Amino acid sequence: MSDRQNHKPETGAFFQRDRDWHAPALTPGYKTSILRAPQKALLSLDNTISEITGPVFGHSMLGELDNDLIHNFAKPGESAIGERIIVHGRVLDERGRPVAGALLEFWQANAGGRYRHKKETYLAALDPNFGGCGRTITDDEGYYFFRTIKPGAYPWPNGVNDWRPAHIHFSIFGHGFAQRLITQMYFEGDPMIWKCPIVNTIPDRRAIEQLIAPLDWSNTIPMDARAYKFDIVLRGRRSTFFENRPEGN
Amino acid sequence: MVQELGYLKETASQTAGPYVHIGLTPNFCGIPGVYKSDLGASMVNDKTLGQRITVKGRVIDGAGMPLKDALIEIWQADAGGLYNSPAEMRGTADPNFTGWGRCPTSAEDGVFTFETVKPGRVPFKDGRLMAPHITFWIVARGINIGLHTRMYFPDEAEANAEDPLLARIEYRHRAETLVAAGTAPSYTFDIHLQGEKETVFLDI
Repeated sequence: MSDRQNHKPETGAFFQRDRDWHAPALTPGYKTSILRAPQKALLSLDNTISEITGPVFGHSMLGELDNDLIHNFAKPGESAIGERIIVHGRVLDERGRPVAGALLEFWQANAGGRYRHKKETYLAALDPNFGGCGRTITDDEGYYFFRTIKPGAYPWPNGVNDWRPAHIHFSIFGHGFAQRLITQMYFEGDPMIWKCPIVNTIPDRRAIEQLIAPLDWSNTIPMDARAYKFDIVLRGRRSTFFENRPEGN
Repeated sequence: MVQELGYLKETASQTAGPYVHIGLTPNFCGIPGVYKSDLGASMVNDKTLGQRITVKGRVIDGAGMPLKDALIEIWQADAGGLYNSPAEMRGTADPNFTGWGRCPTSAEDGVFTFETVKPGRVPFKDGRLMAPHITFWIVARGINIGLHTRMYFPDEAEANAEDPLLARIEYRHRAETLVAAGTAPSYTFDIHLQGEKETVFLDI
């Protein structure tokens, strides 16, 4: 377990989500959204205890290879095929504070752009040594890292010739259920990012750029693996300045 | 000029896509051996306090078809009305109840199933008790940002009538979309993404 238990937990409500920054529900360029987008107004209200609280995941649940996608599905002595990379960064909240103890789960295609899934139909080959999933938990400063191979781009049925740029899916648990987030990380310098209908569901170019991990030359391991740095920002939370003591003290 | 607030922007959400199960429930989708079991598959054990219930349901799209590639997470208080969370300051929740569950919708019929306990009541910000409820979070291909909603219980008419969140729903017939069907211990909660029965989703 982390030292998180030694800190007084925060109990403030989370900052309201900026719905103009995120993709809207209905994005016709991404066709599947058309029948799956709620059409009525969301009911907006401040967090209650049901959203401020959230489950905790301890470091003790992690296996030794959970954050090593090169080896966690491979036969003993073998490893996944592809460009070896380290992905690392911090999980912060909107106030810039580290989010300690955050559970990160990731999944991705193999180096050829093929997922290990029975509904996957792309003709690229499966890698017998690559499963495509991993997880880790941030340390007290919000840092995380994992090792994997760079995923390939792949075509998908949307337009006649739509391709997903290389990406890694991330699922993040912060401290409250209202912070729950799933997103995707892209790689610096990939010209396909700007052609992707799923990327382009996001209206603000700056929000897209925040999903693109730069090559981190300083942390690249010579003769081994390049590094990409991907910081993730979860909703911030209000300070509980005078809550629970409306009459002073 | 004034000082800058200096806040960061939240990382933008992206769809969970068609292969969310690879990452979040790998054992379910044929990737065994990486993790011992899928997280959130079990919320209770033999010692969990409270009334055992089963919640089943589907997520239904605008064409009336159940989603077979969705993933649902739920979060709820224990039978005594306490959350198993560090941010729960009112007491200590039942250690034999996680309060959190994760379930993919079935690839055959789109049904999700949670074995849990009926939650106790928890307070609204002003101290009034909310009716017993389970928080739902839904992700899937075609959903750009996870959908939050709540399930309330059909056998709690009195508590539901005084629930502060349900009271905020302007069109009263829409409040019914948050109330499960069935009777204890088996409830059904279908989530409609569109149409006349569209579920009330929360910006919370």
